[in-house]
Amino acid sequence: MLPPLDLLPSLLTGLLVTLQITAGAAVVALASSFLAGLGRLSGRKSVRGFSRLYVDVFRGTSALVQLFWAFFALPLLGIRLEAVTVGILVLGLNLGSYGSEIVRSAIRNVSRSQYDAARALNLSRGQTLWRIILPQAALRMIPPFGNLFIELLKGTALVSLISLADLTFQGQTLRTSTLRSGEIFALILVLYFLLAQVIARGMRFLESRLAAGRDSGGAA
Amino acid sequence: MIFDWGFALEILPALLQAALVTLQCTLVGMSLALVLGLAWALMRRSSRRILAWPATWIVEFVRSTPLLVQVYFLFYVLPEFGISWSPFVTGALGLGLHYSAYTAEVYRAGIDNVPSGQWEAARALNLGWMETWKSVILPQAVPPMVPALGNYLVGMFKETPILAAITVQELLQTAKLIGAESFRYLEPLTLVGLLFLLVSLSSAQLIGWLESRTARVAS
Repeated sequence: MLPPLDLLPSLLTGLLVTLQITAGAAVVALASSFLAGLGRLSGRKSVRGFSRLYVDVFRGTSALVQLFWAFFALPLLGIRLEAVTVGILVLGLNLGSYGSEIVRSAIRNVSRSQYDAARALNLSRGQTLWRIILPQAALRMIPPFGNLFIELLKGTALVSLISLADLTFQGQTLRTSTLRSGEIFALILVLYFLLAQVIARGMRFLESRLAAGRDSGGAA
Repeated sequence: MIFDWGFALEILPALLQAALVTLQCTLVGMSLALVLGLAWALMRRSSRRILAWPATWIVEFVRSTPLLVQVYFLFYVLPEFGISWSPFVTGALGLGLHYSAYTAEVYRAGIDNVPSGQWEAARALNLGWMETWKSVILPQAVPPMVPALGNYLVGMFKETPILAAITVQELLQTAKLIGAESFRYLEPLTLVGLLFLLVSLSSAQLIGWLESRTARVAS
């Protein structure tokens, strides 16, 4: 059997959309992870409560239900968004609710004595967080964020159900026109697998770069 | 257009009916995931490469590809081999297969966490293979697995709406049909979201309780 190369061009146009959504949603997910993760540790009760509410709502309901709600129900409340915007925002916020736990636990795992030392040096709260705590916490966040980005990549397949022409959507279109389901979906699965490997390798590279020359305090 | 409580009440019975299908999918899927995952975990532990190697690759591949595409693959490709199952069976199979890659890791971590001295002690006592697993290893390995498996059960429950794509009559599919018939999407989709929230939050409480219990037993 010849490799199904004739299917590749239209799958690759879908792959581009998948990449765009993954990149866009990754930015949203990172931002909301940090905002909500730090918010959960805030001294203000209202900030803690709001962060908690966001995390519970987005983690407690299903990603696909959220996509459908934003795509079909939100316009009825007068808020009309493009399908791409819905895909990026909803997936980003959904994964961000899981990511906030990564940020929160990484920050809480930084040793108490680091805070004491920063205090002894008379650093402000902002300086302590930005220059002492976050650089140490960031290294610990990389592996779990790598897993999160792979989950995000997998999640982007859902946008095909709100009419976005991503990799999965192109597969469905090809299936109805060529009926070669086996080749098409096998090829798509391989493409997703390769993308996931790229993400995993990239995050491992980033981790080794950041860890280089750093004293891990015997924790590693 | 504002939320219509009368309409919401009217469609609630149909949605609760669909919630039953969602629960059935989850239960069948999880049973499959528990069995298949154990198979992968045991194969990976095997010293024979012909067993260990495929299991490692299956787990890695299934974990890094989308459930939706896997479900499409089963739904459209199996019939080409003369296997045509109902959407429900195909969907539950897809869920089970996908999550077996995750449960396999839970089993693996649980078994690896049993200190090697326990294996040596069982050997010194001349216990058989079966006896070692049944009386020594599993009683220590299983309790810490329970919360992790519980989390995957909830995760699977939240991913059942994906089966709407192959027309399983679960919650989201039912909400979509109600929406298409009545041109009102707001009420059915909001109710579905609330139902998911209710189940997820209460199971998170339950898992937290289980976690604190197993932690106490272990210490």
